[in-house]
Amino acid sequence: MSANGDALVTITIDGKEVKVASGELLIKVAQEHGTYIPRFCWHERMKPVGMCRMCLVEVEGVRGLPPACTTPVTDGMVVHTTTPQVRKVQDGVLELLLINHPLDCPVCDRGGECPLQDTTLAFGPGESRFVEEKRHWEKPIPVSDLVLLDRERCIQCARCTRFADEIAGDPLISFGERGGYTEITTFPDEPFASYFSGNTVQVCPVGALTAQPYRFKARPWDLDAAETSCLTCAVQCRGALESASNQLVRLLGVDSDPVNQGWLCDKGRYGYEAINAENRVRYPMVRKSTGADGSPGELVECSWPEALDAVADGIQRALDLNGPRSVALIGGARGTNEDAYAWARLAKGVLRTDNVDAQLGDGLPAAVALGLPHALINDLDTAAAIVLLGPDLKEELPVLYLRVKKAAVEAGVPLIEIAPRDTGLSRYASARLRPLPGEQADTARKLAAAINGTPSANADIDAAAALLVGRDGDLVVVLGRGDLAESADVTVGAAAALSIIENAKFLVALRRANVRGALELGLAPGFLPGRATLDTGRDHFVNEWGGVPEEVGLDALGIFSAAAEGRIHALILAGSDPINDCPDRALARNAIMASGFVVAIDTFLTESSKRADVFLPASIWGEKTGTITNLEGRVQRVAQKVSPDGTAMPDWRIAAELAARLGVEFDLESADEVTEEIARVAPAFVGLDMSLLRRARDGAVIPIASFPDEIHLGRAGVALQGASWDPILPSPEVVPEDTDDNSDLHSIVVSVSPAVQLHEWDGASPQLSTPARDAYALRLIVGRTLYDGGTWTMASPSLSPLVPESVLLVNPQDRDRIGVADGESVRVATGRGSIASRVRGDLATPIGTAFMAFNLPGPGAADLVDATLSVTDIRVESIR
Amino acid sequence: MSAVETRIITKRIRDREEDSWTIDGALASGAYEGLKKAFTIGRDAIGQEQVKASGLRGRGGGGFPTATKWSFLPEASFPRYLVINADEGEPSTFKDRMLLEADPHQLIEGIAIAAFAIECNLAFLYLRGEFALGYERLVDAIAAAHAKGFLGSNILGSGFDLEIVVHRGAGAYICGEETALLESLEGERGMPRIRPPFPANEGLYAKPTVVNNVETISSLPHIILMGGEEYGKLGVNRSTGTRVFSLSGHVKRPGNYEVELGITFRDLLYSPELGGGIREDRAVKFFIPGGASSQWLIGSDEHLDAPLDMDYVQETFGVMLGSGAVMVYDETVNPVLVAWRLAKFFSHESCGKCTPCREGTGWIEKVLFRIVNGHGRRQDLDMLFDVCESISPGVMNAPFTQTTICSLGPSVVSCIASLQQYFRDEVLAMCAGPALIPVSAS
Ligand SMILES: Cc1cc2nc3c(=O)[nH]c(=O)nc-3n(C[C@H](O)[C@H](O)[C@H](O)COP(=O)(O)O)c2cc1C
Ligand code: SF4
Ligand code: SF4
Ligand code: SF4
Ligand code: FES
Repeated sequence: MSANGDALVTITIDGKEVKVASGELLIKVAQEHGTYIPRFCWHERMKPVGMCRMCLVEVEGVRGLPPACTTPVTDGMVVHTTTPQVRKVQDGVLELLLINHPLDCPVCDRGGECPLQDTTLAFGPGESRFVEEKRHWEKPIPVSDLVLLDRERCIQCARCTRFADEIAGDPLISFGERGGYTEITTFPDEPFASYFSGNTVQVCPVGALTAQPYRFKARPWDLDAAETSCLTCAVQCRGALESASNQLVRLLGVDSDPVNQGWLCDKGRYGYEAINAENRVRYPMVRKSTGADGSPGELVECSWPEALDAVADGIQRALDLNGPRSVALIGGARGTNEDAYAWARLAKGVLRTDNVDAQLGDGLPAAVALGLPHALINDLDTAAAIVLLGPDLKEELPVLYLRVKKAAVEAGVPLIEIAPRDTGLSRYASARLRPLPGEQADTARKLAAAINGTPSANADIDAAAALLVGRDGDLVVVLGRGDLAESADVTVGAAAALSIIENAKFLVALRRANVRGALELGLAPGFLPGRATLDTGRDHFVNEWGGVPEEVGLDALGIFSAAAEGRIHALILAGSDPINDCPDRALARNAIMASGFVVAIDTFLTESSKRADVFLPASIWGEKTGTITNLEGRVQRVAQKVSPDGTAMPDWRIAAELAARLGVEFDLESADEVTEEIARVAPAFVGLDMSLLRRARDGAVIPIASFPDEIHLGRAGVALQGASWDPILPSPEVVPEDTDDNSDLHSIVVSVSPAVQLHEWDGASPQLSTPARDAYALRLIVGRTLYDGGTWTMASPSLSPLVPESVLLVNPQDRDRIGVADGESVRVATGRGSIASRVRGDLATPIGTAFMAFNLPGPGAADLVDATLSVTDIRVESIR
Repeated sequence: MSAVETRIITKRIRDREEDSWTIDGALASGAYEGLKKAFTIGRDAIGQEQVKASGLRGRGGGGFPTATKWSFLPEASFPRYLVINADEGEPSTFKDRMLLEADPHQLIEGIAIAAFAIECNLAFLYLRGEFALGYERLVDAIAAAHAKGFLGSNILGSGFDLEIVVHRGAGAYICGEETALLESLEGERGMPRIRPPFPANEGLYAKPTVVNNVETISSLPHIILMGGEEYGKLGVNRSTGTRVFSLSGHVKRPGNYEVELGITFRDLLYSPELGGGIREDRAVKFFIPGGASSQWLIGSDEHLDAPLDMDYVQETFGVMLGSGAVMVYDETVNPVLVAWRLAKFFSHESCGKCTPCREGTGWIEKVLFRIVNGHGRRQDLDMLFDVCESISPGVMNAPFTQTTICSLGPSVVSCIASLQQYFRDEVLAMCAGPALIPVSAS
């Protein structure tokens, strides 16, 4: 039996007998056993089409020349891949592919890493006999804002179209015309507006598809690659980050089977542009009064020592006058684990404040996020069913969207969606439950009861529960905030209801790339690093750090309220922009205005950081090494590819410098040393030292004692070379053959001393009362769009034009009732505020509700939400 | 055996030119009697007894034994579909068109018999889009058959139900290839599928499917009525029964002729009741014996006296009877011009799915065009032949294979192989002048 349980068969490839799993494709097993059969159209992650005919081989007893990419192996198969006939056919196919090819390699992005060039060199004829006029086409033509098409270079392999259709579910490109004039084309007036379009550029075996951000930026041989993970969202897709002359120029997807399986979303792929943005802050700044009028003055550049001293002073003054409770830290979820740990140690171990939150009132309590039974992304494929109770994954966690879609479409796992309105996954869902905002907990409770055997008398819910009948496996719940206009308590209540289902496991889908890492490392009130609570971890951390906060502190919304009331005297913004990212903008703005002293550790001047008293420029992804933790708890390394712009420093070092000025030496000289300290002191991370992380192909899932099967030592891919059309495999540091065995890891018993029990959630449901909606109001739903007004997106020249305009979406019936036409302006008002917005009828939004995207440029949803209320009801009137 | 027509499936058409397509005309000439008999002899007796005994082979071009094709359907796997291939797009083939336009009830009866035999309750007919009259008559005939109880539920009290869906194509020759046809029926771009899986196992909508040609199916009522064994006595060897040949080109009497298999090409071309001889009594220079995809034969006695026997011509000359279209060229014709026109057709109709056909057909067309226009080079014919080897390795010497997905690509090879074999000197003579090779400006 093979690893996945298929029977083994024996086949002979070019005289070599090998045992392989029955049913696998010949092209794949041949490669795994050292015989490379040339190919263009075959891609391991897509269904074979047998189009290019480059992989034809001879199989004894089989008539003709079967394509290796469509031929499954059978017992006793005898295959020849190098006979004169096969060679002749390979020559022929290559000659034919090249007759109309423009051969403009010198100006082709692919030149130098082109499968057509390489395959011609290895398998093709040395010359062409074609003397006729080549086929000509206008070129390049844009197929979307990010991708350009050169039809002359296209070899019609259908990789791009299959990706768009099979993988992304956006069948917006397809073949047009036929024969020699077969071309890739979009449909009239419908660009290839897919969030995943960049993948087509990566899988294209020629330079037919090029990416606007990368076109003509570099020659492949000048590129230098390092394996890393994307740090744009909490999926943390694996990638190969490439630079030329200390400039980041490209991110390619690496095929990490448990995570992204080779794919990236466009936001992640092209977001690196922001790193080189003009308006990036490169030097520290302090606010200096300009005159005697007592005005607060302006931020002016200064030296690091001056800035750090100013910060230490500001914090020390708050501590001296008002004690630890007057100090708060918000952020830390965009950096590395090391950054988060250092901030936690600074805040909790040095400043002794527990007013710390990595989230901005847009997430879930750490007690829930850390304490639920956790699922892995790969569990989706084998789940009995998937319950979606959270944000629109296509907009927020794009590659997780791909994985859920794949589980539904390819593995037939039923999706049960509990969401206030349609999401990107609705069309794949077997059951769509649409509770009014504020009422999910009730729906979840009924669903759980129905699954546990008590019908709910609601036909939709009972039908959803019936989907599980006869299906084994876990129930995987994707849990997050489906609506930022309602209180997190609503989601917590729903989570509590679902957590009583047997075999329920959770994938926590939260905002910001390293949010899981930040929470796991203690950036939440009541927690200490490594999933310890302030209570359970107290002794241990007093031991390690010398002290911890006395009492449980405030979460972000609590901190903002306290600050607004003048009770926060020093506020540390660690890479966070509350004015744009907190669902209640007025609250966040008041908090920042009223905090006595504000320090921003950031990369850009944002609405929030421009109001700081001191600005410390942080180095970011691509500029620093470390580890990160994705939404399933997988810890992987990120690489430094370029040196930081200006004088920016990594957060962990800034935290350590501040600690030193406040009297505590962290004694940490490198990111690796921080990693080692985490592995030593943070209970959930114990054992995750550099030696393991360097060698583990797909990282490791915390706590490693619970997920020993997730550790794959060695088995390296080819070290990255920028070759980017075959799936790029992870390339951990090679370990000697005899240690390529993780059996000993199954018995790893890891603990810290004194022993700390890892936190588990008690499933307590918050008391919640949702007011009834009055007939004149619409209940507001606030969700995100992939491209939003976030600093990072706005600073990427290729992405910022994709940010949509803010509109209020209402059901067409409600629109007509309000008496406006699509595109007209309305006034939207709540107790919190009032804004003008354009309106559009939208069938995805149920009657009685309205949808507005979060954080788009200009006045918007955040000006309407009152975070102290459980739901947000809006009044909409025409302002014609 | 005489060189006259043997009218079986064209009998009604010839006998009742005024109303053969109407339900009254059809019923007055024995339509649906075969279906009634089929119900009496029972499902099991049709395919594996009568059709098998008749030796019927597919008339769509491949010549595959029909009973054997049906027997590939996996047992107890339902639903199953019957798909009628009425896309007739092979240049110079025009027999199905006549059968459709002039005798739609014969076809409907055949469909009902085949569907009953293979336990299919929903049949599809994929009609060449240009067949406007055929479409009208077919739709009318289906409605009339419905009204008379030959279609619909519980047909003639047999307990058997059948509906027929007519789908019109959109003008692509490749959609006559059975798997491209299925793709097109499903609403996809018409491109052939990779086999396996074969349609018998996973055809239309991934269900077991039989695809048969119009003429194949139109023969069924007669096989049932005559008895398979009796039908099988017509013809020669494994080429049993009659076939309708579409005769075109330089004969005096072009048209469709239903003849018993086994008569010779000379009979077909020269018999006063058939082709009637060559125009202006010239000599035959060459002829294409089985549709544009076939290799050619020439006006030699050896070729003209060959019998219309699918296996004989294949084994002896490497040509096929294919779709039953015979194109005749007299001594005034430039064979390179013919080859170029055929290559242009295949290049135009290539679906573009696989490299050798997509690129190869276009290349061949361009080179032939250059030769036709007097800019051939001496090496061109051999080069063309070698390019053909990339599409059909071993084209001249069996075992013949193909590097393409379907046999459209290899079809273009036929004309080059024929030029090489019979007209090499003529081509080389055309390639004597100075070659003008176009050079791209951009
Ligand atoms: C390029 C191509 C075009 C074809 N066109 C037709 C056609 O127009 N009509 C047809 O009956 N068969 C056509 N065929 C043959 C079909 O694929 C298939 O063999 C046939 O419909 C089977 O029916 P039969 O067994 O009754 O002959 C074509 C095959 C190829 C490769
Ligand atoms: S554009 Fe690229 S990926 Fe798409 S079919 Fe052409 S060669 Fe293949
Ligand atoms: S899905 Fe998330 S992690 Fe993956 S590429 Fe996109 S932003 Fe990056
Ligand atoms: S041989 Fe030609 S028509 Fe057939 S699949 Fe290939 S490209 Fe299409
Ligand atoms: S790789 Fe097999 S046909 Fe293209």
